Amino acid sequence: MSRSRNGTLAALAVLFLTTAAAGAERLNIGRAATPEEIKGWDIDVRPDGKGLPVGKGTAALGETIFQERCASCHGEFGEGAGRWPELAGGAGTLKSDNPVKTVGSYWPYVTTVFDFVHRAMPFGAAQTLTPDETYSLTAYLLYLNDILKDQDFEVNEKNLATIRLPNEKNFFMDDRETAEKEFWTAKPCMKDCLPEAATITGRARILDVTPEKASEAAKQSPPVQ
Amino acid sequence: MSDPKRISEPPPPPSRRSFLRTGLALGGAVGSGALAGRAAAADAKNLPPNVPEWSQTLGDGVVSRPYGRPSKFEADVIRRDVEWLTASRQSSVSFTPLHQLEGIITPNGLGFERHHGGIAEIDPAEHRLMIHGLVEKPLMLTLEDVKRFPRVNRIAFLECAANSGMEWKGAQLNGCQFTHGMVHCVMYTGVPLKVLLEEAGLKTNATWLLPEGADAAAMTRSVPMEKALDDAIVAYAMNGEALYPEHGYPLRLVLPGWQGNMWVKWLRRIKVGDEPWHTREETSKYTALLPDGRARRFTWVMDAKSVITNPSPQAPMRQKGFTVLSGLAWSGRGKIRSVDVSLDGGRNWRAARLDGPVLDKALTRFYYEFDWNGDELLLQSRAVDETGYVQPTKAALRQHRGLNSIYHNNGIQTWHVLPSGEIENVEVA
Repeated sequence: MSRSRNGTLAALAVLFLTTAAAGAERLNIGRAATPEEIKGWDIDVRPDGKGLPVGKGTAALGETIFQERCASCHGEFGEGAGRWPELAGGAGTLKSDNPVKTVGSYWPYVTTVFDFVHRAMPFGAAQTLTPDETYSLTAYLLYLNDILKDQDFEVNEKNLATIRLPNEKNFFMDDRETAEKEFWTAKPCMKDCLPEAATITGRARILDVTPEKASEAAKQSPPVQ
Repeated sequence: MSDPKRISEPPPPPSRRSFLRTGLALGGAVGSGALAGRAAAADAKNLPPNVPEWSQTLGDGVVSRPYGRPSKFEADVIRRDVEWLTASRQSSVSFTPLHQLEGIITPNGLGFERHHGGIAEIDPAEHRLMIHGLVEKPLMLTLEDVKRFPRVNRIAFLECAANSGMEWKGAQLNGCQFTHGMVHCVMYTGVPLKVLLEEAGLKTNATWLLPEGADAAAMTRSVPMEKALDDAIVAYAMNGEALYPEHGYPLRLVLPGWQGNMWVKWLRRIKVGDEPWHTREETSKYTALLPDGRARRFTWVMDAKSVITNPSPQAPMRQKGFTVLSGLAWSGRGKIRSVDVSLDGGRNWRAARLDGPVLDKALTRFYYEFDWNGDELLLQSRAVDETGYVQPTKAALRQHRGLNSIYHNNGIQTWHVLPSGEIENVEVA
């Protein structure tokens, strides 16, 4: 089925519209997604709780699931195992030389925990946890981080988003273009930019962690996750 | 030189020990030391005045290699990983061998990989792209449907925000493959995201998008509508052929100039909303922790950056005399305006020559030719983009962001050239 020349030009003209024209001429490609199809894939959750599925759980129930499904990588108390991330602790470390970023110390929103666990965990068995299991695991992580004090407190789709994390206020929007405006320099220095000859202050070989020669020292470096 | 048949076991990059012990260097055989020249491994019977075997006997016929591959003598030109970096290869990264590539286009088989749940192997007949949320008509598209829409071609670099992240606290890895190899640049073919959104019909309050991957990590990132309607592409081809599985076959999101984590691979769903989602990848990760304990989020744009790819630790100097220094520069804010090179650790700079196409938000190749007399050198490159942004020193970056921000390390890189030709990753003041 070929499109007419004019139809193609009309379609290309659509490309150059400068605003999102609701009701721009449709090309009528594809079909409408059905509510059932959307329901099966629509798993995302927002900080305001939008998207949370109906369900409930407690930290006490979550502990059992966590030991079975999560502890082999994340440790019995969320302390992490090997190179796998820690999920609890780290309070008060963000300004230190070795910040520990966990759900309790760093993450801004509880809903992110629910969303991520539900969509991507356990590692290698994604999207196998039920909403109730996910609520319980989220509650257990909050309990490990002293955000929830009562292991029998029920979290559900109505109250989860009302639980606030302590570090929420410490996130701010990218401001590099003002905070780092000195990096926009009209005339970069070309001559005698250092007062004297450059001196070497650090060498990769001191650490000696280039692949094929990885040392124990490397294990102290922060992993990319 | 490694036995070409042992592709699974590449030779190690040069280290002081291997240099002194074997004179090994990647990409060619050398004698003792980097400066010994390349003739050591050649068999005299194949050199003039003799006529080599390949000049006398027939080679393989056409289609003996239905899908071509590099010469067996290029077996060490491969992606590599840093094993200690991550807990598992399914959630890890491999690095582009920048020091072994020319021009600005990365071959599909060498573009770095970053997976969070391994490579999803998807039958295109069973792949769907769903667009829903604040739209007039939720859409269900097959790959064939996507390919019926008007098409664009766009060359763009893709850089992981964690590229050079291992260098934040100091020089650590000897090779630009490892310090800068989380970047590649290809030509994408696909549909402008704007066209797909218009097909669905955006509601007036539609201000954010959530693209989602079909892999076992179901990657999600919040994308502001302004970018989506500007130059975002839903791509199905790179460098003229279908995306490779490791790059998101059959569909991926392309957001030119923005951090690679947002370029969702194996794209299965785009939800339209009126607020950002604050997913795990834009809160726990990809946020910059500053010394005062606050964290910068939504750091989408990749700042201007450059690196000298040759010579570099994995590509040592081989000869005194005329030397071609080569490197790459790029900026998420537009075109590269100029690149300067220093041989003395940033005290004095000379203009490098940009060669080949200088494209918006793409890798740009630069050269600087000079005579090397065998003295020690401290090589640096410094990119300037069309907005006037000048690539900063690592010291300047640390002054602003401390040592724990992990991402967006675009500081000037220094390579220390020794009289032996050996090269090390260093920092200077």
